[in-house]
Formats: sequence, C-alpha cells, structure tokens
Amino acid sequence: MASSESLLPVSSQQDPLSDSRCDSIPESRRRRPIKVHLAIYSGFLLIALYVTLIITHGGSAPKNDVNDDTTVESRARLAGVSEKSNDHIWNLSNDLKGEAFAWNNTVLSWQRTAFHFQPEKNWMNDPNGPLFYKGWYHFFYQYNPNAAVWGDIVWGHAVSKDLIHWLYLPFAMVPDQWYDANGVWTGSATFLDDGSIVMLYTGSTDKFVQVQNLAYPEDPKDPLLLKWTKFSGNPVLVPPPGIGAKDFRDPTTAWKTSDGKWRITIGSKINRTGISLIYDTTDFKTYEKHETLLHQVPNTGMWECVDFYPVSKTKDKGLDTSVNGLDVKHIIKASMDDTRIDHYAIGTYYDSNATWVPDNPSIDVGISTGLRYDYGKFYASKTFYDQHKGRRILWGWIGESDSEAADVQKGWSSVQGIPRTVALDTKTGKNLVQWPVKEIESLRLGRKKFHMKVEPGTVVPVDVGPAAQLDIEAEFKIKKDDLEVVFGDDSVEDDKEFSCETSGGATVRGALGPFGFSVLADQSLSEQTQVYFYVTKGKDSKLKTFFCTDTSRSTMANDVVKPVYGSFVPVLKGEKLTMRILVDHSIIEGFGQGGRTCITSRVYPTKAIYGATRLFLFNNAIDATITASFKVWQMNSAFIHPFSANDLGVPSST
Amino acid sequence: MVVVMMIMMVMAMVSEANMIEQTCKETPDFNLCVSLLDSDPRGSSADTSGLALILVDKIKGLATKTLKEINSLYKKRPELKQALDECSRRYNTILKADVPEAIEAISKGVPKFGEDGVIDAGVEAAVCEGEFKGKSPLTSLTKSMQKVSNVARAIVRMLL
Repeated sequence: MASSESLLPVSSQQDPLSDSRCDSIPESRRRRPIKVHLAIYSGFLLIALYVTLIITHGGSAPKNDVNDDTTVESRARLAGVSEKSNDHIWNLSNDLKGEAFAWNNTVLSWQRTAFHFQPEKNWMNDPNGPLFYKGWYHFFYQYNPNAAVWGDIVWGHAVSKDLIHWLYLPFAMVPDQWYDANGVWTGSATFLDDGSIVMLYTGSTDKFVQVQNLAYPEDPKDPLLLKWTKFSGNPVLVPPPGIGAKDFRDPTTAWKTSDGKWRITIGSKINRTGISLIYDTTDFKTYEKHETLLHQVPNTGMWECVDFYPVSKTKDKGLDTSVNGLDVKHIIKASMDDTRIDHYAIGTYYDSNATWVPDNPSIDVGISTGLRYDYGKFYASKTFYDQHKGRRILWGWIGESDSEAADVQKGWSSVQGIPRTVALDTKTGKNLVQWPVKEIESLRLGRKKFHMKVEPGTVVPVDVGPAAQLDIEAEFKIKKDDLEVVFGDDSVEDDKEFSCETSGGATVRGALGPFGFSVLADQSLSEQTQVYFYVTKGKDSKLKTFFCTDTSRSTMANDVVKPVYGSFVPVLKGEKLTMRILVDHSIIEGFGQGGRTCITSRVYPTKAIYGATRLFLFNNAIDATITASFKVWQMNSAFIHPFSANDLGVPSST
Repeated sequence: MVVVMMIMMVMAMVSEANMIEQTCKETPDFNLCVSLLDSDPRGSSADTSGLALILVDKIKGLATKTLKEINSLYKKRPELKQALDECSRRYNTILKADVPEAIEAISKGVPKFGEDGVIDAGVEAAVCEGEFKGKSPLTSLTKSMQKVSNVARAIVRMLL
C-alpha cells in the first residue's frame, strides 16, 4: 500500500500539518472538480491492476504449491509417466466396458488370502517398525479400526516365530496425544548398542502438522512388546524451515556414523524435487539437521517411506544398517507419492558429509525408467536387518485393485507381500534380488513334478488339484534349432520397443514368446492371469528377455483394475529362464530369474474360484517350441489368528 | 483509506478469479470446475487443498441427491429393483467411504488417499449407470458424478 501511495499526486495527499484533518473537510478539497476525482480513481485502478499482475505472474503464490511455468512444464514431462501409470488405474473416459458383476459374499470371501498377512477386517497400509526381538519377529502396520478405507490410523501389531505364521496382538499405539491426534503414522525401529529398541514415527498433530515422535517398549522384558511408551518430550522433530508442514514423514531406522552418532533420513519435497533430509542425534531426543541433503532428484515429487541401507558387494547375506566399508554399496529407496511406485538406486554413501551418489544417475531414485523392487502393485515398502538369521528382509504393502464398494462389502482392504530377503545381485552388480523367505516352504504340501514340451500356439492343462494356493518353480528352455532359425532369419524383425505394459499382453504373439503359466484360470480360460516370459531379438541380434504378468483377462468384472505389468529381466550367459510364482487367491507374486524382476498383482476372478480354479501352461510364441521343467506344491494356510496362551508353547520352525 | 480499500478489493478480486481460473485450467473440464468453485462462498479464499475439499463436498452433495432419486425410483420403476439396489450400494459407498476418506486425507496432507476416494466416486457412478444396460433413468446424475470426479482428481493431483 505504501508504494502506491507514494505514487499519488502530491496535491491529493492530506497536508499532515493541517489542523482540520479530523473535523472538517478543508476548503481546498471541497472545491476539487469531479474530473480530477475520476482521474485519481482511475489512476488507482490502473496501479491496482498493474500490481496485481505483478503478484499473480511473479511465481507460485505461497498458499498453493503449483502453477508457475516451470512447474507446468515439468508436470507435463512427469505427466507422461504419472498419467500412464494412473491411466491403468481407471479408464479416464469413464465408461466401463463389459459386464458389471454383482459381487456377492461367496465370490468375495474367496478373495481372502490363506498365507499372506492381513488383519481380520478393515483397512491396512504401510508396514511399520519391523524387527526381531527375544525370539519373535514383530510386525506393525498402518490400520483403520473403523472402515475398509484409509483413515483414523493406528499401529496394528502382530508377532511370528517364522515370518509366516502370524498372531494378532492388541494395537501398539493409538492417537492419544496432541502430537499424533490425527494419525499415528509410519515409522521405523532402531536397536541401540545395549540391545534396547527405540521407535521413531510420524504423528499428525491436532493442527494437522506432520512431526516425528519417539516411542519405546514400556517393558523391555516382555518378548511380545505389547505396550509402548511415548516420550514425554514429543515431538522430537518438527518440519524445518522451508519444508511444508505436510511434507515431513516416515523416519528411517538410524545408522551409526563414524563419530559414533546416530543418523536418520526423512523424505520430503521442495517444489517438485524429491529430497531426503538428514539428522544426527545421540539420544533420539534432540537432533542436528544437516544443511545438505542425503540426496535429491528433480521432478520426482514427494518421497514417502524413504529407506536407506547397506548391501554387500560380494556376499549374499544381509548387513546391519550401520555397516559401512569397501565391500559395501548403499541403497536409497523411496516411495513416489506421485506415481505410487517404489523406486531404488544403488550408490555410494559418504559418511563424512552424509551424502550419497548414485552409480548410474540416469536411473537415479524415482526416475520413471529406474529400478523398482516390484513392477506390479507394491508400495510403502520397508526393510529391516534380521539379526537372528543375518539377512535383510523387505516388507511391501499390497493394496487392492478393485472398487471401494467391493472392499466395503467384503469388509477388508489390502494385504502384505510375503517377506522377501533382499540383497545385491552379485552377478550383475546392477540390481537387487529378492526372494520369498525360506520359511514359506514350511507351507508346502505334496509336490508334483512336470516336464513338458510345448509347441507354438499351445495351452496345456496342468493337473495339480486345487489351484488357488500354489508355489510353482519353473525352468524354461527354448529349443536350440528354433533359436538359431530366429537369429539367422532377417525377416524376423528386431522387437523394437517391446514393453510388457504397452505391447498388448499375453495374447500378442512374437517369435520367441510369450510363454509361461495361466494361473487362477477356469476350465474354459474365460478368466486367467498369465505370468510369462517374452523373449525378443534385440539390437545386434542379442536376446532380451522380459518378465510380465497380464491381468487383463483375470476377471470378467469390469469395476476392477486389470493392467499388464512387467519389465526387462537380466539373463546371463548360460542361465536357463526361471520363474517362481506364489498363488494365493486374490494375490499373485511372480519372481523372474531368481528374483531379479518381481511382479505382484491383485486379481478378482468371478468364475475361476473354489473348485473351478485351474492351472495351465501356455506357449504363444510363433516360432519357438518350449520345454518346461517345473514343480508345483499345494500351499497350506498360515492360519493367522489372534494370539492366545496356547501360542506361547509354539516351537520355532527353524 | 477508502482508496486503499478499493485497491485491495480490486487486487483481491482479480487474484481470486486468477487462482480459481489457474487451478481449473489444469483440469479436464474448465467450465465445470469454475462454476463449482465460483458458486461456493469458500472458493474465493481457498488454497489448492481448500478447492479440493470444496469439490469433495460437491461429490457428497451430488451423491446425496442421487440417492434420493434412486429411492424415489423404487416406487416409480419397480422393475428396476435389482439395478437400483446395486446403485444404492455404490452411492452409499461414495457417501460413507469415499467422501470421508478424501476429506481426511486432503486435510491431513496425504493426498494420494484423497485421489483414491475421488476416483472411486467416478467408478461407482459408472458401475451404477452400467447396471441399466443403456436404459438408465439416472444418466444425467451419473455422468455429472463422473465429470466432477475427474475435475476433483485433477485438483487433488496438484497436491501430490
């Protein structure tokens, strides 16, 4: 206002020395002609418009965080990714194709999984604070006690001796303080040097600010860790200057620095740049924030559920989060809020200045063509170091792909993936490998072995009995003659630009693929989900292999998301093509080439359920005969149930 | 003093209009977006979060209105009972699950769950419409919901 006033013609300013200011209008003003008044007011108007133009075009207004030119441009670039990955969520033209299916309780109750962790009812999301303590694996999780959609979040709790047979316990933490009144959100556990546990978690305060809080077991002698105490001095961290009050969440497990302090990282964003903030602490109560960031990547949006951990370059085993050294690389992983994809990158950590540099910046954390733990439905994942067995374990939240009405009707939403060991692929050095924890094999019942030669364009039924709870391990070979023919044949074009997601799914035939399994199929194959390899003849006639899952025909229902998922999978010289598939009702987990490429999907068949579920082997290649050697096990239920006194006597199934 | 207030008013009017317009330009239906936000008294001073919440409110109002219409159709068109039952279930989901989820998520700064809620509102409307196999008595209401859902989603995505 001052600036516009200083532009006023001097004659219109009230004379500060005039002693008639308050009582009467000075004679000189009363006699001012209308014309001058008009001129003055239109002058103000012009100034006002000019100033407004400056303000609205001078960059993003502080109230909203978008809508300046750079933002629009980078959203357009990112939009290519985010729109694509969200387009497969729901058809944006809104008209549902095909038949509406009237979900009924019989069909819906079949969808519950037999051996994946899920609460008895209602909504679950992120895994929280996983740890092993006094003989028990602990699992905490974001949970809504009131509905089958997200909201009213508390920390659910369960324990297991073997990461498979879970026992439900009472809630560990609920929103009972001002600093978490609006949500007890995601957090991580750290073991101190004396073996005690501290938990850091995000609280949504009574004023909707995201803060970090400290909690610890009320009774460290209780192996079940039933009760948790919140530190009286919470919150221990509030959003720092320059960081949005709602862009500050999901603190990691801490690791020791070379000067003996503890260090954590928390994801956030500045405009559209995803970042990871760094804090040091000695007591988990007061922290020093670093001026620099652990890492940042432009145009990736908000980083949720950041995870940071070492992996051995040479050994298969897991490493404690504090390990560092020459044999070690470090992984940064983040969940991209924008695209609902978990990305990771491999790099080098510099402890002295708390920074991390990627091995390959072109596939940095969050870049759309970068690495993912899983190319299907898999988010908010978190690892922990299992000191009991010397391995690093990965948990991932697997949401639903159906409508919320179906979730409300069936009374629940979401499952967790089977915990996976995760380690650096020592053969390629360029990606992680994941594999379901070995303990899952305790669920295997009866085994059938098969060896089949499958001609091009053939589907073969595989007789395994019930087919909704299966563990399949398979090896594939392409007939040598067929490969040579394809290599030598110039008329077989290079499969340019094949991608699982955009190349039309398992019915589109190529010279050397697709081939694999149809799971959760009915006898007539009117419903089926294909998990398959697609081998292409790439540039320089080199073979390039893709591992995909096609859910587009998984159900005749049309209010369900049915994408084709997948990615390139590295296959080294001399390796056979291998895949493993866990089938568990409405969830399928596929592992290509020993877990180099993993795909989790959710499917909701209406016909291929109960006694009607079948398994098929198929080869849709045009030119190649495939030989498949595989084993199929029936999988028992994990009988996940509420903890009772009887469960204390359960021996661990080591 | 009056002059200063005038300047402020003009600036405020121009920048309000700008905020709503700038936001609505990034949605698939500019005119619908502007009409929904302009007509709401909260629109003039809302940030992006606030604008998203207004649209969630419109979804809520539209769902309530549609449920009333569904209920009145039971008597007028008893032969449509099965479809009306399914529509009832779907629209009750919008009111009891999608809307509360979206409000909580947007207010608390975890917009992705808000996106889920508003997308689902459009899906439920489409499923209801499909129940009538081309002879729907609710077409204009379900189409409205789909359009509002698309606009709401675009605005929620700005918060991500």
